[in-house]
Amino acid sequence: MEKSFIKALAGIVGEANTLTDPESLACYGYDSTPELQSRPGAVLLPGSAEEISQVMALCHEAGVRVTPRGSGTNLSGGSISFDAGVVLQTSRLNRILEIDEENLTATVETGVITSALHREVEAKGLFYPPDPGSMNISTMGGNVAENSGGLRGLKYGVTDDYVMGLKTVLADGDLLKTGGKVVKDVAGYNLNQLLVSSEGTLGVFTEITVKLIPKPVAKKTMLVHFPQLEQAALTVSHIIAARIIPATLEFLDRVTIKCVEDYAHVGLPLDVDAVLLIEVDGHPAQVEEDAAGIRQICERHHCSFFQTAAGPEEALKLATARRVALSALARMRPTTILEDATVPRSCIAPMVKLIQDTARKYDLLIGTFGHAGDGNLHPTCLTDERNPDEIARAHKAFGEIFEATIAMGGTITGEHGVGVAKKKYLPKLVGESGLRVMRGIKGALDPKGILNPGKIF
Amino acid sequence: MDYVKLINCMRCGMCLPHCPTYKETFLETASPRGRVALVRKLQEGELVESEKFLEYVSLCLDCQACASACPCGVNAGELVAEFRCESKKEKGLSLMEDLVLRKLVPHPDRLEAATAPLRLYQKTGLQQVVRSLGLLKLFPEALGRMEGLLPKLPDAPLRQTISEVTPAVGEEKGTAGFFLGCVMSLIFSEASLATVQLLSTLGYRVVTPKAQKCCGAPNMLGHDLDGLKEAAAFNTDLFDSFDLDFVVTDCGGCGAELKKYGQHLDGERKAEEFSASVRDISEVLFAESEALARKLKPLPLRVTYHDPCHIAHCQGIRSQPRALIKLIPGIDFRELPEADACCGSAGTYNIEKPEMSDRVLSRKVQNVLKTGAEYLVTSNPGCLLQLKKALAEAEPKVRVIHLTELLQMSLEA
Repeated sequence: MEKSFIKALAGIVGEANTLTDPESLACYGYDSTPELQSRPGAVLLPGSAEEISQVMALCHEAGVRVTPRGSGTNLSGGSISFDAGVVLQTSRLNRILEIDEENLTATVETGVITSALHREVEAKGLFYPPDPGSMNISTMGGNVAENSGGLRGLKYGVTDDYVMGLKTVLADGDLLKTGGKVVKDVAGYNLNQLLVSSEGTLGVFTEITVKLIPKPVAKKTMLVHFPQLEQAALTVSHIIAARIIPATLEFLDRVTIKCVEDYAHVGLPLDVDAVLLIEVDGHPAQVEEDAAGIRQICERHHCSFFQTAAGPEEALKLATARRVALSALARMRPTTILEDATVPRSCIAPMVKLIQDTARKYDLLIGTFGHAGDGNLHPTCLTDERNPDEIARAHKAFGEIFEATIAMGGTITGEHGVGVAKKKYLPKLVGESGLRVMRGIKGALDPKGILNPGKIF
Repeated sequence: MDYVKLINCMRCGMCLPHCPTYKETFLETASPRGRVALVRKLQEGELVESEKFLEYVSLCLDCQACASACPCGVNAGELVAEFRCESKKEKGLSLMEDLVLRKLVPHPDRLEAATAPLRLYQKTGLQQVVRSLGLLKLFPEALGRMEGLLPKLPDAPLRQTISEVTPAVGEEKGTAGFFLGCVMSLIFSEASLATVQLLSTLGYRVVTPKAQKCCGAPNMLGHDLDGLKEAAAFNTDLFDSFDLDFVVTDCGGCGAELKKYGQHLDGERKAEEFSASVRDISEVLFAESEALARKLKPLPLRVTYHDPCHIAHCQGIRSQPRALIKLIPGIDFRELPEADACCGSAGTYNIEKPEMSDRVLSRKVQNVLKTGAEYLVTSNPGCLLQLKKALAEAEPKVRVIHLTELLQMSLEA
């Protein structure tokens, strides 16, 4: 990148917020995605929407590519700049601007950490349900860009279901305001929803208004052991079929259980094939009834142990154990390739079996955990990047897993985004016309193709 | 350095919200994940050990909060410390580091002799004169900061004045070996006396071997591995020569180091046994909660607790100190926000990196003030030094004391 151009960028965001030393560039060349590495041309840490707008205008004019980045917890390579362009880190825009108790909305800057918003709204008896596994690190802007899900997706939906309004800087630096605090709004195309899950390719969010709901009064957390994996998977389908909708219905297989227990020491069993972590919330009477119904279904499917958390502390411990599953798996082998295959909920059992069969076929160690209740599984292959043969087998296995996912009517990503990691599977999922529409939208909003290029398609 | 340890970092970022320097800067280069990446890329030949590189790596407080937070079992802090050691081994120590870390601190006699003029300086009132005239501003910054941190020293180091055997009060339950620690003995001898009193009140005979040497942590900082092993072997043999049920210390830093003697001496059995017998004072007192509770009198105080890194992150001791504080009748315990975040003292970090140390410290002080506590309790001399000074400036009404001092107050109330 030319010195004079970097100087112009520094003129906007300040010298201290313009990083070009090789050490900084190396540290902004990765996110949480395994195997992917690059090196940007410069890293900027803007302090306001106005600065982002000026940076975008300047880059647009010069045709310089820009990759927005929050905390870099992306799992599909979405926050890596692969073309020596500018990385725009939004962490400094981290104020919670308003919690509007009359309209039940919160408005935040894009760099606010998700769990910080949780804390603030819950202190007021309100609730922002989306809770990605990385919520203690991830930013709201990143959550919106990737349409993050999390452990409460089953009952409460994902980020998309809560975004009411956005302020977005477009590729040319113009500011676009979409939606707002109005509950009903059908004026024109739904640009809000278009921007959610755009993976940084259509604009840079600066302000986000989300919907809040009342905090559930009661909650019950259960941990259920299953000696047989298939029984656990069937239990999931049957709970849903019995019209019980838990807030959380999480699945961990034997490999994952062992790794999580090694780290968190919460007393998970080491001699069973699977556990389910189930949480129901809502009105106390309903919670009791749902918990009893769930217990019946679990027992009918030969669970070996059914535990109800004694209090909020124990419940939090169990939920935390699930939250660290991915990272805990990384204890086994150096390189953890996590996938995000999502199937209709009735297909959980065949999917889990297919993953196991595929692991055996390719002689791989795959741990599976995930949001079984919404069909979103995370088969995670434990490998060593220094073993190219093993890595090649892992990619082949995932190729087959995704083919099967699509055949079952599922999708290639439930919450991590397509990014670069999964773009080769997208055409199979959306078809030619799907790609044509997406490319058309991209061309209309970012004619020079400078925003997070090379991602999605 | 072990390359596998470096590639085990999967860059999930779980460490970021726990790193004090990342929380201040939001910079990837100032995060545990970033530091591991830097060292890895150096090994892979993608980066060189430039001045900037060393500057980034040296910004780490080595507080080990990242290790507590890492589900993958990567200890970013230790990897960085290891790298710094190796780098220092090649480049050599600065004169100051060599003097302090190798020649002075590891030798209690020299250290005590060196601090004698300081006692005189404080005693004669010279300190008052120097401070009030602002002469400190004339000193080089590091020296000025060191002077400013020093509270009033006791008349003599505890190691010199304590009797080697303190008998148990009442029926004797067992014998504890007391490992003093340099700074505790030199500066916080009253807290250490409280430690001995608590143990003896609970029925323990306390043996404090006079010949004991520094735990060896400063040798580690100065990459003097021979010195470290020598200290470990000496202290192991010395404590082994007494018939002890366990070894106790009230210094978090010493405790963390003593528990690693087995490792330092390559798994030698005697050293392993010594390490296994080491307890932080809070562990011993917690095990004696029932007996202790009977002796404690009400203290109607608002109290909060700061977790020293060497206690919480290095030794995994979190619940015991809190439980002990709550054991005191009438105490209004208030949890400190971000209690286990480093206070910025971090060995000699507060002198070497004053700007970042002050930022980290100021966050700690703000959190303490939020609790409305009258007493801030902690249990490591580095934290005591740092927090005493900071709170004296920010809010003199808040007193900073060692955990054993608070318990002693309750004993005597």
